[in-house]
Amino acid sequence: MKARLPTGGRIDRDQPLQFRFNGQALTGFAGDTLASALLANGIHLVNRSVKLHRPRGIIGRGPEEPNALLQLGEGATALADQRATQVVLRDGMQARSINGYPSLKFDLMAIFDRAAKLLPAGFYYKTFMGPTGWWEQYEKIIRPASGMGRVPDGPDPDRYEKRDLHCPVVVVGGGPAGVMATLVLARAGVPVTLAHEQSQFGGGWLASRSSIDGAPAQDWLEAAIVELSQLEHVTLLPATTVFGHYDQHFLGAVERVSEIRPNAPLRERFWKIRCQHLILAAGAIERSIAFANNDRPGVMTASAVHEYIERYAVLPGRQAVVFTNNDAAYATAHSLHRAGAQVEIVDSRAQSGEQAQLARQAGMAVHINTQVSNTQGRLRVRSVELRHADQRCERLPCDLLAVSGGWNPSVHLHSHARGSLQWDDALASFIPQQDLAGVESIGAMAGVFDPNAALAGACEAAQRAATALGYATDATRAPVINPAEPGPTGLQALWRVAGRGPAFVDMQNDVKASDIELALREGYRSIEHVKRYSVLGFGTDQGKLGNILGLGIVSELVGMTPAQVGTTTYRPAWTPVTFGALVGTETGALFDPIRYTPMHDWHVARGAVFEDVGQWKRARYYPRAGEDMDAAVARECLATRDGVGVLDYSTLGKIDIQGPDAVTLLERVMVNNWQKLGIGRCRYGLMLDENGMVLDDGVTARLGDQHYLMSTSTGGAARVMAWLEQWLQTEWPDLDVRLTSATDQYATISLAGPLSRALMTDLGTDIDLSASAFPFMSLQTGTVAGVAARVQRVSFTGELGFEITVSADYGAHLWEQIFLRESAYAITPYGTEAMHVMRAEKGFIIVGQDTDGSISPLDLGMAGMVSARKDCLGKRSLMRSELQRDDRPQWVGLKPKAADAVIAEGAQIIATATPQGETPMHGWVTSSYFAPRLGYSFALGFVNAGRTRHGETLYAWDLDAGVIELEVTDPIQYDIEGARQNVE
Amino acid sequence: MLLITCPWCGPRDESEFSYGGEADIVRPPEPEAIDDAAWADYVFMRTNTRGLHREQWVHAHGCRRWFKAERDTVTYDIRATWPMNEEAP
Repeated sequence: MKARLPTGGRIDRDQPLQFRFNGQALTGFAGDTLASALLANGIHLVNRSVKLHRPRGIIGRGPEEPNALLQLGEGATALADQRATQVVLRDGMQARSINGYPSLKFDLMAIFDRAAKLLPAGFYYKTFMGPTGWWEQYEKIIRPASGMGRVPDGPDPDRYEKRDLHCPVVVVGGGPAGVMATLVLARAGVPVTLAHEQSQFGGGWLASRSSIDGAPAQDWLEAAIVELSQLEHVTLLPATTVFGHYDQHFLGAVERVSEIRPNAPLRERFWKIRCQHLILAAGAIERSIAFANNDRPGVMTASAVHEYIERYAVLPGRQAVVFTNNDAAYATAHSLHRAGAQVEIVDSRAQSGEQAQLARQAGMAVHINTQVSNTQGRLRVRSVELRHADQRCERLPCDLLAVSGGWNPSVHLHSHARGSLQWDDALASFIPQQDLAGVESIGAMAGVFDPNAALAGACEAAQRAATALGYATDATRAPVINPAEPGPTGLQALWRVAGRGPAFVDMQNDVKASDIELALREGYRSIEHVKRYSVLGFGTDQGKLGNILGLGIVSELVGMTPAQVGTTTYRPAWTPVTFGALVGTETGALFDPIRYTPMHDWHVARGAVFEDVGQWKRARYYPRAGEDMDAAVARECLATRDGVGVLDYSTLGKIDIQGPDAVTLLERVMVNNWQKLGIGRCRYGLMLDENGMVLDDGVTARLGDQHYLMSTSTGGAARVMAWLEQWLQTEWPDLDVRLTSATDQYATISLAGPLSRALMTDLGTDIDLSASAFPFMSLQTGTVAGVAARVQRVSFTGELGFEITVSADYGAHLWEQIFLRESAYAITPYGTEAMHVMRAEKGFIIVGQDTDGSISPLDLGMAGMVSARKDCLGKRSLMRSELQRDDRPQWVGLKPKAADAVIAEGAQIIATATPQGETPMHGWVTSSYFAPRLGYSFALGFVNAGRTRHGETLYAWDLDAGVIELEVTDPIQYDIEGARQNVE
Repeated sequence: MLLITCPWCGPRDESEFSYGGEADIVRPPEPEAIDDAAWADYVFMRTNTRGLHREQWVHAHGCRRWFKAERDTVTYDIRATWPMNEEAP
């Protein structure tokens, strides 16, 4: 560790940690970040930039880092795009650069840098517009050359969880101001939560030489943390990033549990936090200055250099130049000087101030009214070019350039919740307007850099919050910091320095000052447009380092103040959030409930292939050895025609409707008549939305005088239930009727086929099954196979059919009783696929497959069902001229001329066999199968004015099959007169 | 995520609720007696208020009851919630 200082820092020298960077074995200490450990080993060059592949080094110390984005680990736990400045070093850590091929030091893609003049802002927009199809060729070159790392190669094995937290006051930021505010609140007895991005509280004081009563200021802060940790009404959340601030004081935060407890069974915890008062103490981030080649490894922010020396005992360079436009960087100069580095200070300000004088007294050279105009060096800065006020230039050899262009308060959490910002001339940056009710910003985030003023402000904010909540505050006062390190006082804004060479504004996206100039030259004026065109601030760092710098450059170029130009919008998340944390435990089997019917195990044992219908697992078909789906479905259909087909129909939505006004409700929500439906009879009904479009359909049975059972489509059950409840509660509260979802309470088995009546008899039933006693579309109650049952004589297949409904607990029993007779009655289980095929042969619609929210009953040819006697939801809409047009798409059958040509569902219907260019569309296909009972393929769909076009030849077209010639027919093809289902 | 007070269950996360659009839109008692424009006004047109807005919500993943709310569409502040059959507080 050649750059490690012999003493000092907040690292544990007794705990060395071994790690690898690009394969090289290195050592750090507990307490290091990956960035500080790399610097301790003398490594500045860590990456290549994403677009120009320029060599890049660590520039920052926290979330603002645009360069040191590394790949950690491999396999399923690989992490891409990790900011080395925020990664806590672990023993055995494996880190790699994201870009750089074949090696970081020799990157072939660096050719892009030579060609930088050819790749200005908007290059992609301008260049890759066309011709059509060429993007695929460009992409082959561009994709490998860009990117932020490699994604994991398997499912994330780590565990995450979510928690809710309700707390009267939340303080975000555990630096001095945040801890001070928390202490005042805690001592007043206010329940308070303090969340801090790092695992150690203290913020800037962890690297500070400020003191309180002769002791390091951090000692006072740590004593405060000890006091807070002992209070039950205080929640301390270290290693917790508050990434978003939403409406009503709602915060999203991620706690990196494994950062504090590496062996914890949990990697991260997602906190959903609500509070009444929010105190924001998010601090500030130092910005750079745009000068030529300001991106070389070894060019860092002054505060980062300061922190690496004081907190991590790492000296990033021995021959340092400090370039500043304010006083704060002088603390860095002193740190460097004390650590034994040779230091020259370049101060852009016209006048020599007190800090310059102190520096000179300490033995450092100070160049006043001087700017750094360029840098030299290939993989590390070797010298800088100074330009004095008289334009005289000189070169200074160096291996480190510490830059301070001023400080930007981290206003993000204030802005997320639409808090306004105001320009602060002294800081040359934005600070929060304190305009959010119950939210206060304090400390550096509020632009208060003097530590005594920041602590006093924190106390006052905390007292205001306590008072508002009805708590009396005690006499807690802020300690006095003396001496304090200089803040960014005396700042004279300096955004860019003229010079030859690329002056970077946003290093992550390789946005240069010249790109911003170009954007303005090409007519962009709004900062939002300039940002998007130049991609300034579009990286994963969201421009924490470069955005205000870019804004300053824009304001100079357009001759307006930065306040007039305005800022772009800060949106969540503050830093990238792990998807796993947001997902929590709701993954895999817990992602969505899975619903099984009572007979599910039987289907599994029979080798059924399942499909998801809503949350249900439904048997789709039951293949025998060697059968594919088409063969199995054909066999199931024909067996149903010839013997008995058995379908598990338990998933059918069932709504139990009871009350004196039950029939009134049905009349109002369905298009057809319900007044005259007798007890023991059932009827097909159609429901519309108020726009007149089909919402759902199904058979409703009248069980008693005031008692109905409505069945809905499997997927539509919840939607229909909610729909009916909405109307009952919001529009018709006068109706005396109650609804109960009964889907799960019953198991339903559908028997279909000519032998189904004989099977019913053999199962043993007290129900008279004769056609006269039990006609089509009626129901009976009794026992079947010894089980209390309700039997409906309905048919969705077109065959003689009985639907037996029993208590769900008896579903498996009844199913087994049926299959005891399997060979005697040629019983075949069939799945949803055969059901779909058979209903298509009968021309029945499936809501959601054949209808899509734009189909009215008139389009379906069901105008006759719509009662003229009464109103219902959606009926008035059917009278609109648009819906009455006779050239609307209408429900038809589509019969391919070749009996075995199955049209693709979704295919277009056209009127020509040789489509060329724009071809008028005459309709589309919604359902299509080979229909085994018909012996030919058959489709359903919509054709403009289709009911008048039966017999006409049209063509189906899709990308794969091309053109298929077909005849428009009636939708019903099988047993048109209904003799099979009405069989005596 | 908003915190919404169900009149029956108390304050709950927004994710437990479903939105039901503008409140106090009365279905025309005789739809066939009004012209297309009046019907379209009922089916499609909403005030799109900037400021205090009366709307319907349902506690879909809770008591499943509908209620009314007055919400500021600018600040998302919910001034009050109350049962369907009561007057606004």
